[in-house]
Amino acid sequence: MNEFSTAVGKALSMIVSLDADLVEIVLLSLQISLSAVAIAAIVALPLGALIALHDFPGRRGVVILLNALMGLPPVVVGLLVYLLLSRAGPLGPMGLLFTPTAMIIAQSIIVLPIIAALSRQTIADLHEEYDEHLRSLGCSPLQSVATLLWDGRFRLLTAIMAGFGRAIAEVGAVIIVGGNIQHATRVMTTTIALETSKGNLALALGLGLILVTLALGVNATALVISDAARRRYG
Amino acid sequence: MIDASFRVCTGMPQLRRAARQLALFVAGLALAAGAAHAETQGITVASTTSTQNSGLFDYLLPKFAADTGIEVRVVAVGTGQAIRIATNGDADVLLVHHPASERKFVADGFGLARHPVMHNDFVLVGPADDPAGIRGTGDIAAALRSIGERKQVFVSRGDDSGTHKKELELWGAAAFDPSPASGAWYRESGSGMGATLNVASAMAGYTLTDRASWVSFGNKGELEILVEGDTRLHNPYAAIVVNPDRHPHVHAGEAQAFVDWLISARGQAAIAAYRVDGQQLFFPDVVAAVED
Amino acid sequence: MVDEAHRAEDRSEVRLGSSDDHPLLPLVARGLQFGINGRRIINDVSFWIGSSGRTVILGPNGAGKSVMLRLCHGLLQPTGGEIRWGELSVARAREQQAMASQHPVLLRRTVTGNLLHVLRVKGVPKAERQALVDAALQQAGLAGLGSRAARTLSGGQQQRLAIARAFVLKPAVLLLDEPTANLDPAAVRGVEELIGAIGAAGTKILMTTHDIAQARRLAADVMFLNDGRLLEHAPAAEFFTAPKDPAAARFLAGELPD
Repeated sequence: MNEFSTAVGKALSMIVSLDADLVEIVLLSLQISLSAVAIAAIVALPLGALIALHDFPGRRGVVILLNALMGLPPVVVGLLVYLLLSRAGPLGPMGLLFTPTAMIIAQSIIVLPIIAALSRQTIADLHEEYDEHLRSLGCSPLQSVATLLWDGRFRLLTAIMAGFGRAIAEVGAVIIVGGNIQHATRVMTTTIALETSKGNLALALGLGLILVTLALGVNATALVISDAARRRYG
Repeated sequence: MIDASFRVCTGMPQLRRAARQLALFVAGLALAAGAAHAETQGITVASTTSTQNSGLFDYLLPKFAADTGIEVRVVAVGTGQAIRIATNGDADVLLVHHPASERKFVADGFGLARHPVMHNDFVLVGPADDPAGIRGTGDIAAALRSIGERKQVFVSRGDDSGTHKKELELWGAAAFDPSPASGAWYRESGSGMGATLNVASAMAGYTLTDRASWVSFGNKGELEILVEGDTRLHNPYAAIVVNPDRHPHVHAGEAQAFVDWLISARGQAAIAAYRVDGQQLFFPDVVAAVED
Repeated sequence: MVDEAHRAEDRSEVRLGSSDDHPLLPLVARGLQFGINGRRIINDVSFWIGSSGRTVILGPNGAGKSVMLRLCHGLLQPTGGEIRWGELSVARAREQQAMASQHPVLLRRTVTGNLLHVLRVKGVPKAERQALVDAALQQAGLAGLGSRAARTLSGGQQQRLAIARAFVLKPAVLLLDEPTANLDPAAVRGVEELIGAIGAAGTKILMTTHDIAQARRLAADVMFLNDGRLLEHAPAAEFFTAPKDPAAARFLAGELPD
């Protein structure tokens, strides 16, 4: 227990003193996860809206698949992206393996189904409620989508935050496609894994505290927002 | 609910066009986002966890960068995986510690030449109370046989790394096959040296480790070095440039510069100068040869 | 009010009002049918509405009043028969109409936001929007509540907002589906006053209700619907004093299920 409290003490002092290595790792983590979520959201929000609003044969199957993909094991995504990006693979010539781009790609793939499925649900619910009114007004399809996306903004925001929470906490895929290279592809989660395996508990714990704070903070904020929105706008 | 289906048909061509533009935009974004940190300069070195975890690269690479301006990215995995990465052309340099595999790598045409760089040794660590009674013996094979016969917990790398291959060779020398006991007293962690040491420490078991990893390991617990010095515990590291004829994209020039630096007087001196807790972890090969 | 009633040769078709100079009138339906899964909800309905007075579709719950309104507004397609607004098809006519449903569909925005949404969708130039919003708020008795979240208003306020929102661009026709069904008497009065003001401005109002007293208060002419059939279509005075259809008479006496 004494060893533990020593580690916590060292960890806190590293955080407070803004240890350079720590800061670099945290910033890289944020850059990668935020990029991944942004990319996933840009694709997933319209995709969810499209599936929600356009009836096509096999739609029910697509919806089930989309929801099922939320449970896609991240490490499997990592393996598939690795095979794709390796020089021996189809996208090899792009030389993306062991780069932050590879990590962004992997995390985007992991996060996309989450945001798409949640946005589809949100848009579908709102569509059911608003459809008659929007048709009465003579909205074009684009106007309808815009109305639904804006009115669903809080639920969509929480969907995006859920995606971010998933991305920032992910370790399996990014270690496979990123290689955990120091100063290049080492993020909070992979560093925690590495430093723990080296027995350097202070650094691992420090990062762990930051990661937990971030993840909990994001989730708590998402809850507060959706709560407040529901109370205010109904 | 009485409702006619929402007709997006009239808007579909519009949406499809938008979707296509979106895909292009997204692809561009992904590249741009990563490009902020893009390092297509420099070289990628596939190496072992023992060199990485000991902190040797943290010490050497800044010196190399200062001398040549070349940036080095190290992917630290088990020797087997490192060789596979180099075979696929995903790395420019291979730096591992299993001579037989290295020679095969070159013989198969994937590497240019094998350059011995440095060496240290393996040690057998175990619980201080040493239930297998092997402390101080100079015969590693006998020690392993003793552990096996007394069914004491032994943690293996189990990951096709150089350390793992060495361990299997030593069991062979001991004429003892631990594999039937896998899951019982013979625990295969399938992980790097650090994680394996963690397991050994937690289970108060025996394990084979390179000295560098041991010295820099921060969670020793009850473990101590029990067997060392047998010549069969010699641990040589060699560097190989990945053959640009096999993989044209390899940064052969910079890769060769790296290997040349490692075996140069400056590189060898730097390796010798690296200390952890006052101990030298790696011993240069080339300078020693010259001195001979 | 009503000009004259022309009785057509066919008893089932009553023509009410001459065609005023109204862009969407007369509203003509012939043999309208609507059903789902084989079940008939609107059964062979024909009518002719020419006057710009308030037309009330009256009938018990389940009579098909809401469906009837939606057929007129083009939100539903008839499975048989035809319906036209003056020279225009229902789809074209909808551009000059607006509807408010029984449960007001308010967007998750402020009161002003709801009004602005309509103006934006209809392409009203930005410079003109605020004046229209202010006028609508004033008319609905919601002045000063512009920045309130629309869904936090009281039931009566919400319905007045929905109606004012429907009326913000002064459509030629306003369709109202049971506008006061869920409101308390005070709120009902507020909504009816709003409806009265809108009708007085010349907009054709077509509304449904099952509330006989309300129909008495508001109707210029009444269409009595029961079980998907149009049983009677007459000027209000006539209908309430001497209904010709027996089912209508029973309904007015409170004997039909309400």
